[in-house]
Amino acid sequence: MKDIVESLNKAFENRVRLAVMSILVVNDSVDFNSLKQMLSLTDGNLATHIAVLEHKKYVKVDKEFVGKKTLTTYSVTVSGRKAFTEHLNALEKLIRQSK
Amino acid sequence: MDSIDNRLKDIAEIRSLMEQSSKFLSLSGLSGVSAGAVGIAACAIAWMQLGKSGSDHADTQMLLLYSLEAVVTLACAIGLAAYFSTRMAKRNGLEVWTAATKYLVMNLFVPLAAGGAFCGILAYHGIYWLIAAAMLIFYGLALLNASKYTLREIRYLGISEIGLGLMGAMWPDYGLILWGAGFGMLHVLYGAFMYMKYEK
Repeated sequence: MKDIVESLNKAFENRVRLAVMSILVVNDSVDFNSLKQMLSLTDGNLATHIAVLEHKKYVKVDKEFVGKKTLTTYSVTVSGRKAFTEHLNALEKLIRQSK
Repeated sequence: MDSIDNRLKDIAEIRSLMEQSSKFLSLSGLSGVSAGAVGIAACAIAWMQLGKSGSDHADTQMLLLYSLEAVVTLACAIGLAAYFSTRMAKRNGLEVWTAATKYLVMNLFVPLAAGGAFCGILAYHGIYWLIAAAMLIFYGLALLNASKYTLREIRYLGISEIGLGLMGAMWPDYGLILWGAGFGMLHVLYGAFMYMKYEK
């Protein structure tokens, strides 16, 4: 039991980060505003959590210019996808054992 | 350590976010029913016109009439489908115009536009007897292609349309009947099924 809890990823303990990852793993790339809308968050809150994921190299950030505005889009990295899958597997095991 | 209930809540949320963010889930069954009704009406009108002209040989005037009818039918069907889906999205508190919606529309309209152009080319070469079948086949392929971005069930509608289209190409005498079955009856059946399953 202890092993399993340890294999849960601390980066995904947070609801917002877990939600961001869930969206990114099924989409090629998602822009900041769409994420904000889907999760009903404030700019600052979302930015902080994405920064954590970016720092861990789970999320890749791309900035491009659309006219004069920058459009920031996010996509999941290979290691991010792997970490997320492992986290889900650990969750699954945990729930199965407690049944 | 968190309780298991909390973990289960996490998983439920992950699941719903994955689905909502990558698929357009507000496709209402009523969209299908209304599009089908428009299809049946268009088929009936075409049938009566054929009866009046006494043969299925198409002159320029008839052709113009048919093209006009096809465009009006398509516009009505799309308009009604959009109306019912927007209504459903609002009811469920979901966004209508998301990235998933854009993918859905793009994946639907590229094959559909190709089909439209192909039917135009068939008409240009005077191969009128294949047009109904080609419309069905391209429409079926468009649905199949778009099914990745919406409710899975729509792929069965797509496959059925392709089947009817192939039959129409094999037996062109039944082209109009098959067209009515594909764009009318199948839509109504599919729409009613989806309505019962998801919206009741």
